[in-house]
Amino acid sequence: MGFVLRSIFLLLTLACTGAQAQLSIEITGGGANQIPIGVLRFAGEAALPQSISDIVEADLQRSGRFRMLFSGNVEPLPADVAQVNFGDWKNRNADALVIGSVVRLADGRFEARFRLLDVPKQTQIGGVAFTLSAQQARATAHRIADVVYEKLTGDRGVFSTRIAYVVKQGSRYELQIADADGVGAQTALASREPIMSPAWSPDGTRLAYVSFENKKPVVYVHSLVSGQRQVVANFKGSNSAPAWSTDGKQLAVVLSKDGGSQIYLIGADGSNPRRITNSGSIDTEPFFAPDGQSIYFTSDRGGSPQIYRMSASGGDPARVTFDGSYNVSPRVSSDGKTLIYIARDGGRFQLKSFDLASKQGQVLTDGQRDESPAFAPNGKMILYATQIGNRGSLAAVSSDGRVKQRLSVQAADVREPAWGPFFNN
Amino acid sequence: MKKLLAVAAMVALLAGCASTPKVESKAAVEDRTPTTEVPTQPGVSTVTPVAPKADQLPSALKDPNNILSKRSLYYDYDKYDVKEEYKPLLQAHARYLAQNRNAKMLIQGNCDERGSREYNIALGQKRADGVKKMLLLMGAQESQVESVSLGEEKPRCTESTEVCYSQNRRSDMLYGGEY
Repeated sequence: MGFVLRSIFLLLTLACTGAQAQLSIEITGGGANQIPIGVLRFAGEAALPQSISDIVEADLQRSGRFRMLFSGNVEPLPADVAQVNFGDWKNRNADALVIGSVVRLADGRFEARFRLLDVPKQTQIGGVAFTLSAQQARATAHRIADVVYEKLTGDRGVFSTRIAYVVKQGSRYELQIADADGVGAQTALASREPIMSPAWSPDGTRLAYVSFENKKPVVYVHSLVSGQRQVVANFKGSNSAPAWSTDGKQLAVVLSKDGGSQIYLIGADGSNPRRITNSGSIDTEPFFAPDGQSIYFTSDRGGSPQIYRMSASGGDPARVTFDGSYNVSPRVSSDGKTLIYIARDGGRFQLKSFDLASKQGQVLTDGQRDESPAFAPNGKMILYATQIGNRGSLAAVSSDGRVKQRLSVQAADVREPAWGPFFNN
Repeated sequence: MKKLLAVAAMVALLAGCASTPKVESKAAVEDRTPTTEVPTQPGVSTVTPVAPKADQLPSALKDPNNILSKRSLYYDYDKYDVKEEYKPLLQAHARYLAQNRNAKMLIQGNCDERGSREYNIALGQKRADGVKKMLLLMGAQESQVESVSLGEEKPRCTESTEVCYSQNRRSDMLYGGEY
């Protein structure tokens, strides 16, 4: 069972945009050192439109860091630590167990309570109670999965985060936002012209992107809740590749207004554009390092596209990649330690990771046409665009390359993924 | 002011929810975990932009027997300079622009699908910039011509073959009214 080859096709019931636009997720590889865990059905959860325990189980499984133990035969369901048959779970080599209950409150809402149990020690190591409406069953399950994941792995969970991506269906382009498990897709922008380069603001309320609705690339910032959007860069020539500064106040963008493609900083409201690269070459794909002090970017100033780093205010860049003749699309993990990028090897484009301290590189994917990588906010998974059967599709890989997932939409091209920040509230 | 009050009321409401201690009804439950509200990601509104309207074009630009109706230049792989064979075409368009100072042109550079989408925007820009430069040398004015890139986003041919790729490595010239 070292490699999990199970497929999970999530039933996508909360569709906002029609069944054809839903992402389905298939897990194609498993991680090492998976934690064996049982997630029991929550007593009383049948009163909710979705099963909390099913969603918690699917979340943990998808992360590749857990081995799910069959728990469907437990009867009666324990509501309390004292009612748990620890001996049985010890025999099944469980390290951890999740139990819970759902009760309806007098005001029509619900209370969901869960406990995370350490099986060898027979103790409770975590537990939270939530009040929720029936519509919040999925959100509650993701919260619970986040707590379990963090308690057992030490890393923050990303099950409550959202992703953005572009769907092309015929001549229609949609910028969609979905939960990290691909469910509940909502359309932020629908256009007859291409949309690309979505980038989440650090607070997760806005997306910057490039839209071609005026027959040329123009950079917008779009407020997701209100649908209000603002043109940030619409200069003569092309406006592309927006990247948020870590404080969310400005963007690095690529403009051709002064000749060539060069990197500028500009206020998130479009104010005060100032040029920060000065080459006669291509400088594009800026990405702010998480400490906000430097910007990684792609440049062909050395004769082939390679990744460089410069101070966030401009200045002399230092070359970062040296192997190969095509290294593009740099992104840095939230801890600042790992650079990922797309490398061309022969005719293939693959995702590579590069440890910035040890300078050790690793190829993470084996596709032909992998592109547009995006780190999960905890740095443990990377979402990217790939090609499956001549159609654009999304895929995810763990930062160690072991866990692999595919996310696809029936009869549509999916591309340009961007993973939103942690959802604090 | 009304808005402010509403916001204040909401904040008070939220704060109230978060800090109200949960009363345990069942004494048998020894667990003292506090109850928290489940935060929900806010909904997303959909925006649909309206396409700009195209105006009528002078017939010379549309007549298939007129060289001005030809608007595309093609490129070899990894090449960005205008091929010799397209110089008469650019000369004709430069002459038209010189004789019609109110006419405007948008040059859209395109790439084949291989490689990074954002990097391909920069490569398509190089192609469009090359066309613009030549038109200016031949008599068009800076204020008449804009060069932009569509990168690999608007392929004319969508198969992953060299025949297709060669149709997508292209610059297109559009006149005001067509964009």
